[in-house]
Amino acid sequence: MNNKRLVTAVAAGAVVVMGLSACGGNGTDGKNGGGGTKTPAFNAALTETFNPSDKKGGIVKIANAGTWDSLDPGETYYGYSWNFLRLYGRSLLMFKPAPGGASNELVPDLAESLGTPSEGGKTWTYKLREGIKYEDGTAVTSKDVKHAVLRSTDKETFPNGPAYFEGYLNLPEGYKGPYKTKDMDTNSAIETPDDRTIVFHLKQPFGGFDYFAHLPQTVPVPEAKDTGAKYREHVISTGPYKFDKNEIDKQFNLVRNPEWKPETDPNRKALPDGYEVTMNVNADDIDNRLISGDLHIDITGTGVQPASLSRVLSDPALKASADNPTLARLWYTSVNPTVAPLDNKECRKAILYAVDRTGYQTAYGGTFSGGDIATSLLPPQIPGAEKFDLYPAGPDNKGDVAKAKEALTACGQPNGFETNIAYRSERPKEKAAAESMQQALARVGIKLTLRPFPQGDYFSQFAGNPPYVVANKLGLALNGWGADWNDGFGFLSQIVDSRVIRETGGSSNTSVRIPEVDKMLDEAIGETDAPKREKMWAAIDKKVMEEAVILPGVFSKSLILRGKGLTNVFVSDAYGMYDYLAMGVE
Amino acid sequence: MTPPLEVTESAAEAQPEVTLAGMSKKAIQGRSLSQIAWMRLKRDKVALVGAGVIILLILAAVAALVLDRFFNVIGPNDFHQDLIDTEGGTLAPKGPFGGMSLEHPLGVEPVNGRDLLARIFAGSWISLLIAFLATVLSVLIGTVMGVMAGFFGGWIDTLISRAMDVFLAFPLLVFAMALVGVMPDTIFGLGSETVRIGMLTFIIGFFNWPYIGRIVRGQTLSLREREFVDAARSLGARGPYILFRELLPNLVAPILVYATLLIPTNILFESALSFLGVGINAPTATWGGMLSEASRYYTMPHFMLWPGLAIFVTVLAFNLFGDGLRDALDPRAR
Repeated sequence: MNNKRLVTAVAAGAVVVMGLSACGGNGTDGKNGGGGTKTPAFNAALTETFNPSDKKGGIVKIANAGTWDSLDPGETYYGYSWNFLRLYGRSLLMFKPAPGGASNELVPDLAESLGTPSEGGKTWTYKLREGIKYEDGTAVTSKDVKHAVLRSTDKETFPNGPAYFEGYLNLPEGYKGPYKTKDMDTNSAIETPDDRTIVFHLKQPFGGFDYFAHLPQTVPVPEAKDTGAKYREHVISTGPYKFDKNEIDKQFNLVRNPEWKPETDPNRKALPDGYEVTMNVNADDIDNRLISGDLHIDITGTGVQPASLSRVLSDPALKASADNPTLARLWYTSVNPTVAPLDNKECRKAILYAVDRTGYQTAYGGTFSGGDIATSLLPPQIPGAEKFDLYPAGPDNKGDVAKAKEALTACGQPNGFETNIAYRSERPKEKAAAESMQQALARVGIKLTLRPFPQGDYFSQFAGNPPYVVANKLGLALNGWGADWNDGFGFLSQIVDSRVIRETGGSSNTSVRIPEVDKMLDEAIGETDAPKREKMWAAIDKKVMEEAVILPGVFSKSLILRGKGLTNVFVSDAYGMYDYLAMGVE
Repeated sequence: MTPPLEVTESAAEAQPEVTLAGMSKKAIQGRSLSQIAWMRLKRDKVALVGAGVIILLILAAVAALVLDRFFNVIGPNDFHQDLIDTEGGTLAPKGPFGGMSLEHPLGVEPVNGRDLLARIFAGSWISLLIAFLATVLSVLIGTVMGVMAGFFGGWIDTLISRAMDVFLAFPLLVFAMALVGVMPDTIFGLGSETVRIGMLTFIIGFFNWPYIGRIVRGQTLSLREREFVDAARSLGARGPYILFRELLPNLVAPILVYATLLIPTNILFESALSFLGVGINAPTATWGGMLSEASRYYTMPHFMLWPGLAIFVTVLAFNLFGDGLRDALDPRAR
């Protein structure tokens, strides 16, 4: 009997040893199949086109680790989906399919030119191009665009889509979309004086309406073929490709749309013969297949998984087939002035001075998958963003302890104080950042206690709920924000406007309560002159930083892989990933 | 009625049939049950090794508690980011085998470079403390409930037995996660760590009592029908006397064995809860929490190896010892 137990013990030990040896390395060839006119190199597609070519034909193979929220242009709300949707739909305007920063420019797509404002930005007029047809040969009219925009405001049918139009258009009282309130007169919001003209009427002046006009919600939908929530199963194409076979949440493929005429479209090259898309593929499997050349694109564009990350970075050949774009997303920490002693600006400053910026950056994944250290709010690719640093963190970026202690003394807390830091328990990066801040702030006597909360209720009940924040002394809260598109309005309005704070919770802004900033925002939103408006965003950024209510962390970056055999590969700053419109295959 | 046996004189002088050479002719001393058990245990080398490891672990845990909390010399939460490959971007420890060196014998964690040995050492007391306290709680509740159900029978038995069924069918993990969500961080001025330790002890201990309760109830049921209980009763003994003097001493052996086998289960349970993120709050090191973090870095196996090995050795030691103890106390149960 004793022998039997001994055997068990030995066997169990053997299992451990075997498990260990199974964790050995597995080498793969890191050869890159670029071979075109340009040699593969790290970040080769970041600011210019990699492997340019005009060769037509071939099939692009795409995989998605999850599923689309919706293929319906009226409802989809993922950046990658907006990027990809341009293959089968044409909105009024679009981001220019060009490498790097040039992609932030809005260019006309369905419309002939950018919008013409009148009434000081309250009315916007667009004129459609001539000769654009659906895949079934019928002509696109401005009424279809109107129908598309109106149907997207029906949030009972399309709960996930962006809500900008219903927020800003001057829709009649009680309007519930064209399905439920069909006969209601909507000319107060959108007018179509003829088949090629569309006029939008807003409730208040809005200078950046052209950004709304680029939303996929302006992709025309023929009313006769509109099947409401089921339209996603067969979207009627206006772009160079149309749906051939579509199994929702499994796979679909796109084939050429013969009714699309290149002469009506200066932006699209339409090189491949089609696209094959599979969904619900294991994320690690996607990375391996990208590396082996079995797959061209990981559609979500969020970067390789942690397991592949170290593999790609430590293998020079693999690294040469990767790009490392910066996204318009800021990971930051709210410094809540509602929690004593952070109601004193000097105490907030002490935190901003004392934090270890490189530690924060490492917590989020380091220079490659984490991001660049941020010292202000606006990500660099947002027009008007200025780089400034009000709280320099010493030569090694590990924090200025002397300055922090000075600020603490000025605050009347020379020996530091105690407060809590909230983070989302499901997010290991936020936990690591909180731990890093705990270590860094302990150097000046500020004692942080870590408070994890479930991310589902993070804003509604905990870190975004002002009474809870005060009652539980959540002085700091980890936070993050990415804009729907690269523009100061999209980026700033939700995180620095004190009027979005709700006492019942739910807002990601909890700490910025500066009346002057609210006023500056209103002025900027109404400004129709773009360069003037962009300067105003930068001024708001500076004002918020002076109040030290936000501790900027990193501007997010991702590490994405160029599929083997792709041509015309480049990163679009507008989407923070490869541009899916221009690609072809060898 | 048959007459009592007649005791002859020769029977009183009965001698062992065989006498071993070298053995004195002195009368053989009677051995108590515990002496016999100890003798058997001493012969069981595997169980002794288990016991030795357990003693070492307990000493280490106590040392860790004292050194970490009162002298603050272990430094399980100190960052060593200079040992991390931040330039290359992999955030793995520099050097082979997870950055093993004389200063960091087991290497360091990726990303923040905390010393693994220090964290495992500092984490030992929490794992063991929770496992011990939870076991004590289960055994206490389980014994009381089991004895009551078995001894009194009737509707009390029915009530307790059904309660056990309810507890056994309870979705414990889901409950634990929900409880952690609504639990305030400080209660009665206690720190968040004390609250968490208390809560985990409660969850693990309170919901495990039916297992031991059922064993005790079964044993009590069979014991209360035995002759010695009948004898005590016919001599006029009352309930409490029978309970504490006749039944409980006979229940010690199964309870002790079950308790030693429950401790490793509880260690694993605590690890599982930490793994699911409902354990002790960061940055306090626990073995389960370390495993949970390591699972994200499965390309760096060293990170997972050490906390895994610590749990493995502890659980194995308790199991081997508990197994040996059972054999020693109750040889028929083999």
